[in-house]
Amino acid sequence: MTAAISAVCIAAGMILGLWLSFGLISQNRAIRRASAAYRSFWRGTPILVQLLIVFYLLPTIGVDVPPIAAATIALAMNTAAFQAEIFRGGLLSIPPGQVEAARMLGIGILSIRVRILIPQMMRLVLPALINETISILKNSSLISVIAVTELMRTSQHVVSVTHRPLEAYTIAAVIYLAMNLVLARAGAYFERRYAVAAAR
Amino acid sequence: MSFDIDIVLRYGPLLLSGLWTTVYICALASLLAVAAGLAVALLYSLPFHPVKLLCRAYIEVMRGTPILILLFILYYGGPSIGLTLDAEPVGIVGLGLYGGGYFAEIFRAGFQSIPPGQIEAARMLGIPRRMIVARIQIPQMLTLIIPPSTNQVIILVKESALLSIITVAELTKNTTQMVNETFAVIEPYVAVALLYWLIIEGIAFAGGVLERRFGRAS
Repeated sequence: MTAAISAVCIAAGMILGLWLSFGLISQNRAIRRASAAYRSFWRGTPILVQLLIVFYLLPTIGVDVPPIAAATIALAMNTAAFQAEIFRGGLLSIPPGQVEAARMLGIGILSIRVRILIPQMMRLVLPALINETISILKNSSLISVIAVTELMRTSQHVVSVTHRPLEAYTIAAVIYLAMNLVLARAGAYFERRYAVAAAR
Repeated sequence: MSFDIDIVLRYGPLLLSGLWTTVYICALASLLAVAAGLAVALLYSLPFHPVKLLCRAYIEVMRGTPILILLFILYYGGPSIGLTLDAEPVGIVGLGLYGGGYFAEIFRAGFQSIPPGQIEAARMLGIPRRMIVARIQIPQMLTLIIPPSTNQVIILVKESALLSIITVAELTKNTTQMVNETFAVIEPYVAVALLYWLIIEGIAFAGGVLERRFGRAS
């Protein structure tokens, strides 16, 4: 459950984050401002507060969502803001001449983004992206608060049945640690692979 | 759906006392985190393998597990090994140790940025190790470590919201209390988001000031 929610959030956050990162470097001032405001809110408040806002606010405006959906929405929107900032850094490092040349050749703006900018940027931002995945995996433990039965919540159940908090939580910690070490290793592997590819 | 400012004013003192708790817990936890991080980074630089391994393990565990788990282990698991603490000290120690893992990495990168020739030269001149750290290494790495340290303190403040789960009466806890008593949802959460945002902007501003101050010095 923890792994599934984290994966969905990272994927959804990536789409939203990419879109937002182009908003952050847009020529249009209104779009830029709106994107910056979004980023400022989601990066400037605790995830727990965001989670509670999404969970309690949606029902008051008439949208009834199950806890798991609220959790996924909140985490995805949170990571979108962080990923947008990562992507923005990556986009800025691509020489503007490439975009100008592509425009001159009459390539559409969408094609430029999908075919030219995003592939090059992804290689650059991969390490940062892995870090963000690790923090989302860790932050997903918070959704136990709104009653989603992921790893944290399950260990709370174990504790309430066995009355052995030390053992149960230590095991949970080891599981989180194992997942994150695997991610970190994967990150190091991709980093090396792309470094080789880039050197060619 | 309307915004009722009266509720916010009525619960103002409660929110402010929560704000104060959040601020002092974070301040103490940050101090502890910096101290722990510096100690671990210094131990890490010793040419002694088992110590290095222990430091690595500390850093990996702190960075690889959710803070909520650490808090639960300390708060609910502590008593089974005879360690009974109140919620607030658990919060400070938990956040401090957790932040320590991140600060250790920040300091380690800082120490690595200083050319080893300088340290060797200082050793040759017979300057004691303590002085090398305090007078040569730390002043030079300040420019490098202030921005990530500011970030880390900001992260710490946001993580401190989790202390509400282990019943510390800080900002988020008091807000949930306000929600439970008034059944209002929008006002408390807007207020609390604003308060957190204020603290964080304040820290970012202070970080900027420090950065300019020490950036110029080097």
